[in-house]
Amino acid sequence: MEVKEFIGDKWTKSVNVRDFVYENITPYHGTDNFLEGPTQRTSRLWEICKSAMAEERANNGVRSIDTNTISTIEAFEPGYIDKTNEVIVGLQTDRLLKRAMKPFGGFKVVEKALSEHNLKPNENLTELFSKYVKTHNDGVFDAYNAEIKKYRSLGILTGLPDNYARGRIIGDYRRVALYGLDFLIEQKRKDLDAIEGPMTDEVIRLREEVSEQIKALKSMKVLGQNYHLDLSRPAENAREAVQWTYMAYLAAVKEQDGAAMSLGNVSTFLDIFIENDLQEGRITESEAQEYIDQFVMKLRMVRHLRMKAYDEIFAGDPTWVTEAIGGMFSDGRTKVTKTSFRFLNTLYNLGPSPEPNMTVLWSKELPENFKKFCAKVAIETSSLQFENDTLMRESRGSDDYGIACCVSHQDLGKSIQFFGARTNLAKTLLLALNGGRCELTGTQIFDGVPEYKGEYLDFDTVMTNFKIAMQEIARVYSDSMNIIHYMHDKYYYEKAQMALIDTNPHINIAYGIAGLSIVADSLSAIKYAKVKPIRNEVGLTIDFKIEGEFPKYGNDDDRVDALAAQAVADFNNELKQFKVYKNAEPSLSVLTITSNVVYGKKTGATPDGRALGIPFAPGANPMHGRDEMGAMASLNSVAKINYKDAQDGISNTFSIVPKSLGADAEARTDNMVSILDGYFSNNAQHVNINVLDKDTLLDAMEHPENYPQLTIRVSGYAVNFVRLTREQQMEVISRSFHDSM
Amino acid sequence: MLFLKSNVIITQENILNVHSIETFGTHDGPGVRCVVFLQGCKLKCLYCHNPDTIAMEGGKPYSTDELFDIIVKSKPYFGENGGVTISGGEPLLQAKALIPLFKRLKAAGIHTALDTNGRILNHFAMELMDRYTDLVMLDIKHMTEEGYEHITGQKNNQTTFTFSKYRENSGKPMWLRYVLIPGLTDKPEFLMSLGKYFKSYKTIEKLEIQPYHKLGIHKWEALGWDYQLKDARENTEEELKNAQTTLKPYFKMISIN
Repeated sequence: MEVKEFIGDKWTKSVNVRDFVYENITPYHGTDNFLEGPTQRTSRLWEICKSAMAEERANNGVRSIDTNTISTIEAFEPGYIDKTNEVIVGLQTDRLLKRAMKPFGGFKVVEKALSEHNLKPNENLTELFSKYVKTHNDGVFDAYNAEIKKYRSLGILTGLPDNYARGRIIGDYRRVALYGLDFLIEQKRKDLDAIEGPMTDEVIRLREEVSEQIKALKSMKVLGQNYHLDLSRPAENAREAVQWTYMAYLAAVKEQDGAAMSLGNVSTFLDIFIENDLQEGRITESEAQEYIDQFVMKLRMVRHLRMKAYDEIFAGDPTWVTEAIGGMFSDGRTKVTKTSFRFLNTLYNLGPSPEPNMTVLWSKELPENFKKFCAKVAIETSSLQFENDTLMRESRGSDDYGIACCVSHQDLGKSIQFFGARTNLAKTLLLALNGGRCELTGTQIFDGVPEYKGEYLDFDTVMTNFKIAMQEIARVYSDSMNIIHYMHDKYYYEKAQMALIDTNPHINIAYGIAGLSIVADSLSAIKYAKVKPIRNEVGLTIDFKIEGEFPKYGNDDDRVDALAAQAVADFNNELKQFKVYKNAEPSLSVLTITSNVVYGKKTGATPDGRALGIPFAPGANPMHGRDEMGAMASLNSVAKINYKDAQDGISNTFSIVPKSLGADAEARTDNMVSILDGYFSNNAQHVNINVLDKDTLLDAMEHPENYPQLTIRVSGYAVNFVRLTREQQMEVISRSFHDSM
Repeated sequence: MLFLKSNVIITQENILNVHSIETFGTHDGPGVRCVVFLQGCKLKCLYCHNPDTIAMEGGKPYSTDELFDIIVKSKPYFGENGGVTISGGEPLLQAKALIPLFKRLKAAGIHTALDTNGRILNHFAMELMDRYTDLVMLDIKHMTEEGYEHITGQKNNQTTFTFSKYRENSGKPMWLRYVLIPGLTDKPEFLMSLGKYFKSYKTIEKLEIQPYHKLGIHKWEALGWDYQLKDARENTEEELKNAQTTLKPYFKMISIN
């Protein structure tokens, strides 16, 4: 291949996008002054999108659904918003916001989702899937045992991807722009030839997978042709680089409907092409911004067909098109470019939005002007989240990474993860207090924990039993994850994304926990106050009486914060004991998405004084209203959870009213920078920032029509506030708003 | 007096009586600040938004070491401008015990500020301010004696001016804070008088106009006290702007806090 304008050697010989970016980047240290507003074309397109979204909201959350076609990379005629104004083209289906069926995750789920809109799949498909074609969901339930089913139905393991697509895999979509598909196909063919016998299970599986990948790459060429694009060759200019990258992503979201389908870190990469065209005088800044605006607009229009129940765990119809922006190279240069600014600028040109899920990789060493711009955007749009670049880069040993879903580090093109939702750690503690019985139903979940008889809870005894409970939960959790990912590979393999990842990548298996703050405060109450269990007639503990004071998580008090950190370390350690499918490496997240509400419902009263049914705090957040020492103390508590014990991420959602952030706009921006520098220098991993008045949210509940774009950050992602259920809205509002004056 | 805490005997020398701690203060001095509200104040200002800090009793004893440990944990958030602010209550009532705390904070490179009504100027207060306080924020209650007494319930507004002169002579930075109450402190003649009085001061970096708000009323009610400014209203944007314009010729910088 021949690319005259770029330098470097390694990346031209083998697939190595990081090397290309490293050699050709133009780091930017200036201000946001150069940014341009939207072009007329962009504004016209966005008006059409906005009215399509209004139609969608009015029509029960869905504009239209195709019931005849199975979505594949090549499926559907090309779709446009308004062809004459589009500089970046491509839709998932032939019509804006029309959703498509991707039945290989589970056909019943597709049927259910359709029936909720009074629709049915085409009869031929129904016959096909009921008689002849097996799905991921079918496979998983063939293999699940009674124990796993029990854990699942009682809400101990919830939201596992056993009836929907797992997602979380990030294709290195930049590869299509940099190399073109012909080169990528050639490389994969070489890989395939090198996978030789003896033909064990593993080798056979890998050969089949790589063959599938090659088919996917060929399909991408067809997808390109449908839009009159020659993706077989590398992109030759900025517009093509954006377009090619988007086509690769589009192929992935046509073929898969994974819970989270991140974009990676394309902004720094695309800047190289844009900078080149700008230097050569081929485009203007306005055109550069137009490419990014229109690309981002397309990402905002990505939709999947979901059933209502899905909304409980992942509210607001998220797609997690997570784009990591900024960060540093390991040699100390910044990865911030003008296109990092251009991406953020879409939040002004098109207004705030939950997608793409913009994630700033923060480091103290980032250019000051960029830091200030990010702070300003966060304050004005509440659409950003921040992650600790220094911590992840040093701890994971890679400076070319994306964020999978909400908070998880993923080495681009070199590593993937198997998503595993989460288990309920607060309920695990209750099981430990009830001799392994469910506190709500009395069902025996596991044996090995003696019935607790004492009048008061004794800390050491509780900890011993809690450990046993953790071991049991970890074992069943691990079993179910093995089944799920085995079946997902078998029936719903992500061939498009995997085609853009090295053959045989490193794999993390991503476990999670919910209810951390409840566990920490409960253990603190047991240790520092006196907690008396109140039992019902069959001996189940249904409530607790607390005598005396105890330190609460969220006040920077080591006595309780250490209990939180230890619980994470302990459970992570238990998970590491089990052998995992494809030798994946276990990792743990403290992240709830919006499932903290439903987990709360399924969990009885807890020893910290929380009543039955009350929602948990999201992610690693302190419990609502218990952080009494102000925002810094609250952040410091969360920062004490060791990233080494939760490498899949530690999510914290920080909400503050504008006035509390400072007296004027300049002070607010500076203070926000100070917060982020401080929080991350304490080795915290992640924070969502909301700068909103509670009154605004209350008003939006009453008058949703006035707030179509009101975006708020929840646990690890952003949503349109008006698309949350009323219950979830109330939970967001009840959260600690730091508003001391 | 001696008392026992965590099995360590502490003398009252280095004990501060604390009302509360806000680890994320953004309105009491520059940058992000850890704000320690001390218990006890001899004034009872009509608009006080922390009336629960007025009583000399109550509060929670902290040793200066304990406070230092809490404050230093917030240091990463202070950035280039932030630090610690001791507010209240009236911090200078406890000037003696603040000396060892500020001494340690300065040694740790932390910016220190005092938010005071300026009624106390004993040798402890002087030592604290001269040697360890980077910024003094002085409340100007009212420019007239009658107004001062009406607002604070105490006589002698000259103490404020003696205090400001002392700080001026030390050559160290000072901010003035002025609560703008419609009908009470916002008359142009008062503002002019404020401006003219401090015009020649060199150490005043900034005047902060503090808009009047009623966020503290529920605390008065909780204390069973009668809130006398019930009928007062909050400032309009225009009033705040006008006050800023009137005062502009006299100060280097004016902000509305």
